[in-house]
Amino acid sequence: MSEVDTVSETADVGGPDAAENGPPLVRVERLKKHFPITKGLFRRQVGAVRAVDDVTFDIVRGETLGLVGESGSGKSTTGRAILQLDEVTDGTVHFDGKELTALSSGEVRKLRPRMQMVFQNPHASLNPRMTVASIIGEPLREHRSGRGGNRDEQIDDLLRLVGLDPIHANRYPHEFSGGQRQRIGIARAIALNPDFIVCDEPIAALDVSIQAQIVNLLERLQDELDLTYLFISHDLSMVRHIADRVAVMYLGHVVELASTDDLFEAPRHPYTQALHSAVPVPDPTVEMTRERIILTGDIPSPANPPPGCVFHTRCPIAEERCSQEAPEWRQVEGHWVACHFADR
Amino acid sequence: MSAHEAVLSVADLKTTFSTPDGTVHAVNGVSFDLRPGEFLGVVGESGSGKSVTMMSTLRLIPMPPGEIESGQAVFDDRDLLSMDDEELRRVRGGKIGFIFQDPMTSLNPVLTIGRQITESIKLHVGSSDDDANERAAELLTLVGIPDAAQRLKNYPHELSGGMRQRVMIAMALSCSPKVIVADEPTTALDVTIQAQIIELIRDLRERLNTSVIWITHDLGVIAGLADRVIVMYGGKIVEEAKVADLYASPSHPYTQGLLESLPRLDLQHQELVSIKGQPPSLLAEPTGCSFAPRCPHAFERCHDEVPSLTEIGSEHKVACWWDTENGRPRVGG
Repeated sequence: MSEVDTVSETADVGGPDAAENGPPLVRVERLKKHFPITKGLFRRQVGAVRAVDDVTFDIVRGETLGLVGESGSGKSTTGRAILQLDEVTDGTVHFDGKELTALSSGEVRKLRPRMQMVFQNPHASLNPRMTVASIIGEPLREHRSGRGGNRDEQIDDLLRLVGLDPIHANRYPHEFSGGQRQRIGIARAIALNPDFIVCDEPIAALDVSIQAQIVNLLERLQDELDLTYLFISHDLSMVRHIADRVAVMYLGHVVELASTDDLFEAPRHPYTQALHSAVPVPDPTVEMTRERIILTGDIPSPANPPPGCVFHTRCPIAEERCSQEAPEWRQVEGHWVACHFADR
Repeated sequence: MSAHEAVLSVADLKTTFSTPDGTVHAVNGVSFDLRPGEFLGVVGESGSGKSVTMMSTLRLIPMPPGEIESGQAVFDDRDLLSMDDEELRRVRGGKIGFIFQDPMTSLNPVLTIGRQITESIKLHVGSSDDDANERAAELLTLVGIPDAAQRLKNYPHELSGGMRQRVMIAMALSCSPKVIVADEPTTALDVTIQAQIIELIRDLRERLNTSVIWITHDLGVIAGLADRVIVMYGGKIVEEAKVADLYASPSHPYTQGLLESLPRLDLQHQELVSIKGQPPSLLAEPTGCSFAPRCPHAFERCHDEVPSLTEIGSEHKVACWWDTENGRPRVGG
């Protein structure tokens, strides 16, 4: 490892002061997820896609951490790796003090009710041959929660909780609209009374007028059920609305993490600044007068990431040092940021 | 028609699709004008009819199952909907250029970029091979592709998504069109790449005097691009206004709802007011306003009578029985 080790077991790693908020619910340290690239008959490994490459952050109980980035940034892979849906390559994930990465799959399964996922595409993530009642009842059966008549009651309660009429419990997913299907996906995720939900692009497949419905529902459920969210999205405006803190990913790295207002009012990483300036605002008076940072070039491939700082090939302030030395993950005026020039 | 001479004038367009579930009424009587040099934004959600309207205008919908039931689309004093196929082919890709959402489906994967651009130039302008090649290289340079001569030898899959969209723009510009129709041209792109394409379009607009119709679901993207905006819902135009007026004083409850449900990156702690309900099924011809079931102001008339597009201010039209400005049902109509 060429870069300086700035993260230790006890260090504050991109979370607010631990003394004030108690220990984090989720702690991600030096997480790596590489996918092998193989070739030939014997599937010899010839390289690796470094989808997530040394990522460190905390998620505090009760907060929404927004995770934003463009395609190939590794944000969804990070979400899946935290929930142990994919085996991690290196690094650790702690959930409520337990090191998930050291547990057997059986032990992880016991924790599964407490950590759930809401997927992007409600068409693909719901079994078309199962009724809504059996989709939502499946986790209850699987984890032996509620029996017989009691279970039906639980299903009705869950449907009401997400704004669906229990009368429709025996219908199939295709009989519902996209927004309603996402409500079903959310009902399934909260069925076992979890502490933590990874929401992976939960509104990306929905129409604009439906997106706000789902986001408002997620916010209400968070209040009522004491949920902690990792909200993964490419929609910065929605993340600004829903998140307490935001982490920005680029090519497998978290480049900046700060409270939502700090991140959007005074971004410190040049990538965050460019991303912010690239998002159009639905207001012509603002759009006319805005200063724009237009990045040149394309996002490099995570199979062949640039040396040094991964952003240097497109960075408007890059210097020679940036192509040689990876910046350390450090705190600058309340922001966690990985840039040599973050304090300029 | 107003004092402006229209480049394209669409009147009373109706398009249906027959499906196993019944007839889908995708476009239900749409009329609008596009002016010379104008940048017209067409906004709507899926199923609003925004794409089908433009595709019908150019007879690019599959027929059957699609059918253009009525309407006119006058371009250069000729009706695109009734001219013969040969004539239409010369207009499409010539005087009217297109940019689609996914360049991978509109570029031919087995032909080089250069071949595809020069074909179009030779077909529509009748240039020689050398002239067409030179023009193709010029176009690639114009749309910000470095090493143009080299790039002409590339196949589509060898380019990134952003580069392919630049190639599409170059092709759309190849025959100096009067009108460019762009259907969600940046929706499939990442936001920093979208910003590059928007910047390119902004720059080209100033240099070329082409009218643009930009179809999108994103009220953010067109806020900084369009001169005028048309908002579509349930296969109809519900509001039409100059860009500044539409965002400053939206008059249709749907436009208002859309803007209130949209988070803004430049505002703190904004509350999102969602539009209740679901988009309409288009399986029956609407008997009232399609938005009425979701509308906070709807009253009896809205369910029984289809509101027509009515002028409520300078170049500001709305199809609604409710008078938002005065908070009461609209008088007359």
